[in-house]
Amino acid sequence: MPNKTFFWFFLPTGLAMILFIGLPILSTGIQSFYAQHDQVVKEVKKCDPFGCTVSIVVDQEKTSKIREEKPLGKFNGFGTYVDRNHLAIEEIAKFWNETNSFGEFVDQVTNLPFYKALIFTLTYCLFVTPNVLLLGFIIALSLNAVTRRIRGPLIFGTILPMIVTPLVGSLVLFWMIDAEGIIGANLQMLMDDPYLSLKSSKTLTWITIIIYGIWHHSPFAFVVFYAALQTVPQEPVEAAIIDGASRWQRVRHIVLPHIYPVVTFVALISLMDNFRVFEPIIGFSAEGSAQSLSWLIYDNLVNEEVILFGSAAATSMMTIVGIAILLAPVLIRTWKEFRTAR
Amino acid sequence: MEYGLDKRSNALKIFNTTFIIVWLLVACFPFIWTFWGSFKVRADFFSRADWWYAITAFNTLLETGGKFTTDAYSQAWTEGEFWKASRNTVIVTFFVVTISLFLGTLGAYALSRSTRNYAFWILIAALIFRAMPHITLVSGYLFPFFQLQIWGILPTTIVVLVAINQPFTLWLLYSFFKTVPKELDESALIDGCSYFQAFRHIIMPVMWPGVITAGLFSLMLAYNDFTVTALLLNQENHTMVPKIQSYLGTNQHEGNLMWAVSAVVSATAPLFMLVMFFQRQVISGLTAGAVKG
Repeated sequence: MPNKTFFWFFLPTGLAMILFIGLPILSTGIQSFYAQHDQVVKEVKKCDPFGCTVSIVVDQEKTSKIREEKPLGKFNGFGTYVDRNHLAIEEIAKFWNETNSFGEFVDQVTNLPFYKALIFTLTYCLFVTPNVLLLGFIIALSLNAVTRRIRGPLIFGTILPMIVTPLVGSLVLFWMIDAEGIIGANLQMLMDDPYLSLKSSKTLTWITIIIYGIWHHSPFAFVVFYAALQTVPQEPVEAAIIDGASRWQRVRHIVLPHIYPVVTFVALISLMDNFRVFEPIIGFSAEGSAQSLSWLIYDNLVNEEVILFGSAAATSMMTIVGIAILLAPVLIRTWKEFRTAR
Repeated sequence: MEYGLDKRSNALKIFNTTFIIVWLLVACFPFIWTFWGSFKVRADFFSRADWWYAITAFNTLLETGGKFTTDAYSQAWTEGEFWKASRNTVIVTFFVVTISLFLGTLGAYALSRSTRNYAFWILIAALIFRAMPHITLVSGYLFPFFQLQIWGILPTTIVVLVAINQPFTLWLLYSFFKTVPKELDESALIDGCSYFQAFRHIIMPVMWPGVITAGLFSLMLAYNDFTVTALLLNQENHTMVPKIQSYLGTNQHEGNLMWAVSAVVSATAPLFMLVMFFQRQVISGLTAGAVKG
């Protein structure tokens, strides 16, 4: 296709992506170097019959005037990146000097908001992704062994957790798991602990969100693996059966190598999706004990008094760096393949 | 795997059946339970005393005189203004799907028929864009949108959702266009068609399965979106998902949980019906990019 034709065909979608994906990333980058203005304060002298007191109050008029004149805020350079709510360089240096043991130091650092969120996000990715691959593969194998006639409805039932939005999916589970729900109440009875509830325990909350993640993402892995299983050639499998290979050996040495490229694809997609985990935290009302990077950004953006654009933008930029690190191996591999293909 | 040679032991068969039944329970029971509970009063579905009330409908009987009540639905749809939210969802979804497909088919067709290097790089860029967490994009939108005073209205959200959706639509349609033989449009070009005519009259008529699949995914994205709609729309224009969240209540104001339950059921039911009808297309879409590896 000639360049000119390509240009006109691609212009609308290209423009949409540049304007609403490319530019926003740029805008986030710029915003991250600014911070909201401090409030302007003034001294007010108040006198009553017993004497005069001087108090400091916020000058609303001046504050809002400055905000109007420079809506982006004041230039802060990398200030937001290193402050207490983000990389917290100073605090970490302080902890390093003041704490006695390494354990204590780690404890202090992981209590800082950014590191706390980072650790939750990574833990979530680390536990959800492999389990999704495993469970998806097992479901695909066992559904593949069912009579063809009843597979349709079974597949429909299997993909339900995937098609609802994460907020709804997590709410539906939360209502069952909460202390007043069917599973929560039975767990209390089973453990003989009337105070057992999701909100009371951090570990329990993390486990629940991770289980939710596996529940929500496995169907996707299942669908892709199931389709891939249909393309496995029959001859080598039959040959292996004649040679006396066990079921496990057949899966391990014929099926798995055949669908290997698909496994990397699913792993990549679910890693990308898991890294942005955010809605389940709202659905499970787990803000208290589990915060993710995306949730930190959301929290800054829905701030009641003044939206913390700079803070949200700084976290966003660091999230993007995280995504870049995740994607790097894939991109490098694609680049190499592309070079050799030429 | 149904191979003639392959004889499955009974133990394995039983294990397999049990596993599937357990998994289906895990996958579907939460939805069935929520559907059931949406016809009860709060004191039953979220019972402090005994979860068994949700089945015997003890309080529902006391409060309404029947074992089932549709109070939650009628209140959420009228008082809770869920009708407005669902109207907004219909508007947003309709425009997102139409515009997405229009832009996506044009772009993906060009990508699939171009042999140049930049087509490859555009696809890679789209993959990177696809990986961006939506909330980071939203943090980029808010400030400029406030300044331009286009925050809070439906058209802005529609355009944003279309753009966010483009990378995935492009990839999906690209892999579908690749399956349409090049000879088809080449012969049309020789006969004197322009590229656009070939696209419009020769390629599009055979592309319907791909377009339907891409449309379904755009629809699910627009219908299910929370991040963009919650932050870019004002209260008045909220779509269903942020509306459900607003029923949950915050520290400042008491929510209405039963409204949320009935709203969840109202919002999920159409989606389930749709997927039931178009199951084949959904699955072909999920696997389009993957299986060819």
